[in-house]
Amino acid sequence: MTVETDVAAYATRLGDNALVLGQRMIEQVAAYPELEEELANANFALDHIGQARLFYTLAGDLEGAGRDEDDFAFRRPECEYRNLLIVEQPNGHFGDSIVRRVLFDSWYLLLLDALTRCSHEGLSTIAARAIKEVNYHLRHSSRWLVRLGDGTDESHDRVQRSLDDLWRFTGEMFVPDVLDDEIRITFKGPDLGSIEATWRERVAKIVAEATLEMPADQWMASGGKQGRHTEHFGYLLSEMQYLQRTYPGASW
Amino acid sequence: MKQEWPLYEVFIRTKSGLSHRHAGSVHAADDEMALTNARDTYTRRSEGVSIWVVRSDRIVASDPAETAAFFGPAEDKIYRHPTFYDIPDEVENL
Amino acid sequence: MYTQGLDQAGKSGTARSAEETPERLEAFQARIDAEEKIEAKDWMPEAYRRTLVRQISQHAHSEIIGMQPEGNWLTRAPTLKRKAILLAKVQDEAGHGLYLYGAAETLGVSRDRMVADLLSGKAKYSSIFNYPTLTWADIGAIGWLVDGAAIMNQIPLCRCSYGPYSRAMIRICKEESFHQRQGYEIMLTLCRGTGEQKAMAQDALNRFWWPSLMMFGPSDATSTHSAQSMQWKIKRFSNDELRRKFIDVTVPQAEFLGLTVPDDKLHFNRATGHYEHSDIDWQEFYEVISGNGPCNRQRMAKRRKAHDDGAWVRAAAQAHAAKQAARAAA
Repeated sequence: MTVETDVAAYATRLGDNALVLGQRMIEQVAAYPELEEELANANFALDHIGQARLFYTLAGDLEGAGRDEDDFAFRRPECEYRNLLIVEQPNGHFGDSIVRRVLFDSWYLLLLDALTRCSHEGLSTIAARAIKEVNYHLRHSSRWLVRLGDGTDESHDRVQRSLDDLWRFTGEMFVPDVLDDEIRITFKGPDLGSIEATWRERVAKIVAEATLEMPADQWMASGGKQGRHTEHFGYLLSEMQYLQRTYPGASW
Repeated sequence: MKQEWPLYEVFIRTKSGLSHRHAGSVHAADDEMALTNARDTYTRRSEGVSIWVVRSDRIVASDPAETAAFFGPAEDKIYRHPTFYDIPDEVENL
Repeated sequence: MYTQGLDQAGKSGTARSAEETPERLEAFQARIDAEEKIEAKDWMPEAYRRTLVRQISQHAHSEIIGMQPEGNWLTRAPTLKRKAILLAKVQDEAGHGLYLYGAAETLGVSRDRMVADLLSGKAKYSSIFNYPTLTWADIGAIGWLVDGAAIMNQIPLCRCSYGPYSRAMIRICKEESFHQRQGYEIMLTLCRGTGEQKAMAQDALNRFWWPSLMMFGPSDATSTHSAQSMQWKIKRFSNDELRRKFIDVTVPQAEFLGLTVPDDKLHFNRATGHYEHSDIDWQEFYEVISGNGPCNRQRMAKRRKAHDDGAWVRAAAQAHAAKQAARAAA
């Protein structure tokens, strides 16, 4: 393993998070509660797909084996995907989507912020671009969480349940593995420990404003970063990769 | 709570130095939502650097039935326009 | 495009309000004839308002339902670039629906009302969106043919006599300029690809050709509303004129792709300078319009479900806004 291949693997992971979340958001096109929200959802999904393309292209360049963005997206099996489990969870109702985005975006924003200051130029350049997008996403999703939490009794109960349900997928965001350590030490990359503290503080603030309760500490699911996914993920990939797998080698 | 979200009119400044211009409308439950909805609807192709939104029912408008009374009187005041004045061609910088 | 001139319900009523005096009607027509734009709060005959509401809302509904057939391939788009392009296009359709609802709202009809009419089946939308997208090539065919037909119809609408509609159409046409090109590019890539891909492209053309021709609406002989709409400059060309123009430009594009238009009577008439084609199966058209197309029920069910599923969200946002307002007042 060289340093380049480590950064490539790290960039792939970031690309996986962005693509899988983008794919989940795309599934909801034409099913949103209001027309204006359709436009917002599509904007955010486009941002995520754009980020995935940048991260994959960087990974391909660093790796030097000639893989392009589509090789990463469409020609890897489940176990080679290293996204967090939270992004691959199936869509539920609108409140589930909002809660997922608040939890994930709050983490992603802090991660990108640290990456803008890291000493790897490829990573910091993409992070500087993505952070503007995610900043806006979080503004949108956190305002919505407040509306739903502090809306009707029904909406309050629904999003409280969403929050309780998705909480178990937040643990693995903060558990560093060898790759996280490598990026932190070699390139002054993100320190997941300090990100966790800030994340908790910020999420707690939004949750309080939404008149919701922070979920109690509990058992946390993990495995995404090691390529051990939940059952739902295989279906997502089968659907996404269908054409490339049915007609190998064709160009589109 | 069965009614639709209120309508807002959207005004976009396309770049610094230009005025805001009416772009269209969006529905939104509150002001903040109106602003983000306007952003997500009307600036998808980098059309703007600044957005104003205002609830449609707060706009005070002139009545087309009174067009004559409102705007007619200005029409015969041609002396307000520079072309009204006859200045010989050889006089420059006027 | 999306306004096929299908109007069963709104037969121009004879009930004219007392204020529609011959003088006023004449003055109104004079403004139209002078190419003046009519604006929202200007006086207008009730039938003009009604025609516009019907046409603009039908156009808006078509954009919204039109998200579904293409949306069907978003999760399966073959490359990340294609995925992003298709998503941007489907998003534009949502945006265009929104602009159009906005234009119709200036005529005094609420979006709620229009949506309710769509969901109840009272309002119509373009027949084309009741056809399924079965392969990726259908996404190419829709961009090329369906958006191509739409552009034919929409460009003249930019000069429509009603200001808000005309402005919405200008914006829409500008944004849609990439839609047809991306579709043709998909077809081109498929036709230059493997044998399987080319067969996919031919199959898509076979299925979408006739429905695309139907998009222009019934032939002039049977179209009830054309004459009045032309006089009001809501419409500038007849259905048949636009259809002929579409065929004339599209057939050579198909030839360039190396594809065969599914009409064995199709030939170029040197004398007229136009293509001649077989008769259109209007029976199929009227069936699809009245609910019996391959996907009518599916499209409406999806739209209703989205609307119903969103009810609690819309209510929550309103409740929150009311609470905030109360807190601010306190």
